[in-house]
Amino acid sequence: MMAAPSPAAISPAPPPAATGPLRRVLVEFAEDPVAITGAVLLALIVLAALFAPWLSPQNPYDLAQLDVMDGKLPPGARSATGQLFWLGTDDQGRDMLSAILYGLRISLVVGAASTVIALALGLAVGLTAAYAGGRLESVLMRIVDIQLSFPAILIALILIAVLGQGTGKVIAALVTVQWAYYARTVRGAALVEKRKEYLEAARCLALSPLRIVLRHLLPNCMPPMIVVATVQVAAAIALEATLSFLGLGLPITEPSLGLLIANGYQYLLSGKYWISFFPGVALVLTIVSINLVADRLRDVLNPRLTR
Amino acid sequence: MLVFIVRRSMQSVVVLIAMSLIVFVGVYAIGNPIDILINPQADQLERERAIAALGLDKPLWEQYSTFLKGAVTGDLGRSFVHATPALPLILERMPATLELAFAAMLIAVTIGLPLGLWAGLRPHGFAGRTIMAGSILGFSLPTFWVGLMLIMVFSVMLGWLPSNGRGPTTLLFGLVPVSFLSLDGLAHLVLPAVNLALFKLALLVRLTRAGTRETLLTDYVKFARAKGLADSRVIGVHVLRNIMIPIVTVIGLEFGSVIAFAIVTESVFAWPGMGKLLIDSINLLDRPVIVSYLLVIVVLFILINLVVDIVYSALDPRVRIADARG
Repeated sequence: MMAAPSPAAISPAPPPAATGPLRRVLVEFAEDPVAITGAVLLALIVLAALFAPWLSPQNPYDLAQLDVMDGKLPPGARSATGQLFWLGTDDQGRDMLSAILYGLRISLVVGAASTVIALALGLAVGLTAAYAGGRLESVLMRIVDIQLSFPAILIALILIAVLGQGTGKVIAALVTVQWAYYARTVRGAALVEKRKEYLEAARCLALSPLRIVLRHLLPNCMPPMIVVATVQVAAAIALEATLSFLGLGLPITEPSLGLLIANGYQYLLSGKYWISFFPGVALVLTIVSINLVADRLRDVLNPRLTR
Repeated sequence: MLVFIVRRSMQSVVVLIAMSLIVFVGVYAIGNPIDILINPQADQLERERAIAALGLDKPLWEQYSTFLKGAVTGDLGRSFVHATPALPLILERMPATLELAFAAMLIAVTIGLPLGLWAGLRPHGFAGRTIMAGSILGFSLPTFWVGLMLIMVFSVMLGWLPSNGRGPTTLLFGLVPVSFLSLDGLAHLVLPAVNLALFKLALLVRLTRAGTRETLLTDYVKFARAKGLADSRVIGVHVLRNIMIPIVTVIGLEFGSVIAFAIVTESVFAWPGMGKLLIDSINLLDRPVIVSYLLVIVVLFILINLVVDIVYSALDPRVRIADARG
């Protein structure tokens, strides 16, 4: 720190009122064209998933609309009735584009739902540990340490082997895998914030611990949590796809992208690549776009790199 | 140092017992294995005989105590499906998994370290940015899909490399069957090893880059530069040695995760390792094999973590001191 900063050195600091911290983050975020590309792509993917029933040429799970005669057609082929299959069809004669749009919905919902639940759980545990301290903290953090010493995929597989299969169980497995990351991150941030003066001031005002934690500690711990949560949504989507690919994830009644890819696996060796390829591209674009956003957020929200 | 090792070993044993209990109770509570394992056309007498033979009629705690007694003597029960002891079944598959994991780690380190160093030295250059973009891709591409694409390109389209299996194996030291000693075996190893390496490669690139960037800003590097030392010496000695401590740790810790992720790669490439056995066993509810696999992997993990902790405390005295104090 300089003792007497010149006016020029102060000027980049956020001026009051009109530009809040959110605006600073957005402006800095937008400085990177790669991050903008990621954000736009992500927005398009989410919109496509949201409006899947209106965007897709057919309802891929309405058996009346399917014709086995159209099975395994390559991309760009037309059905007997003249319908164009942009991305080809699977073995059931299902339009891959429609199947992907519907699959995207399931993948995104499962990923987002598990992230939100895990975030809440992790915040609760991490903040409790940081604020309470003492024995409770060391016990909670030891559990976190032990869990994080095992890879996510292994824990998820154990849980699926133990719990059995089903959508709820997959989400439970994803939550179990993720919560520890949040708990550890938020505790780290909270321990730093706890030492600051504003928190001391809040305590001197004799505010209730719940109020201190929720209104003072939590908001100041959010920047790193946003980064971790963004990364974790991508990780959760990838993990769900992996589990579904292995046949241990979502049931066939809810075909996520992973299940679509698994379905095309057997046809891959005979050169019918599109059944696995295009759902995979959708999955990769989703994960890459989320990670691009996360990567930029990490730079923008990291106090150590702030200019 | 000794106190440190003993304390960590004790913790490991507690974790092991807790895991065995959780895993056993959980796995033995799914579904009804009788329906799956016993021929539905068998008559009542035959069913009862099979149930008694498999020990399924006893209460859960008794099954567990039998299992625990067996575990101590290295007998983890018999596979329902293969009708052979479960532990040898897994240990038999272990060399295949370990070979794959070592090959992947070797690829990740030999490519990841130089790339990460390069990107760290020139973070704003074109190469540095390209490497970083590539590492994001390496993180984002799901392992199983990359595996499929490798098969599609190199096996189906180009026909260069085999898409599944291990190929012929040669005995290493007359004991361990390995693939990499024959040309055909090596060809079988390439795709799965590359597939498994990608994620760790991306991780190492990022870690090395971050370490390099932070180290370059430290006073001792500035001082070394000010003394007029050659760039090669500053980077080779002052930078590289200091970023090696965390990197060695991560390589050690990630080895366990490579073994875990081998489950996916093995399933894609039909590589006959432990991971593929696990997936097959989960699908068939072959519980002794599932439990044995998990216990084997937990032991493996605990050993890896223990070794890494000890190596780390040997490399970095601060860890040892902090632990001795509290």
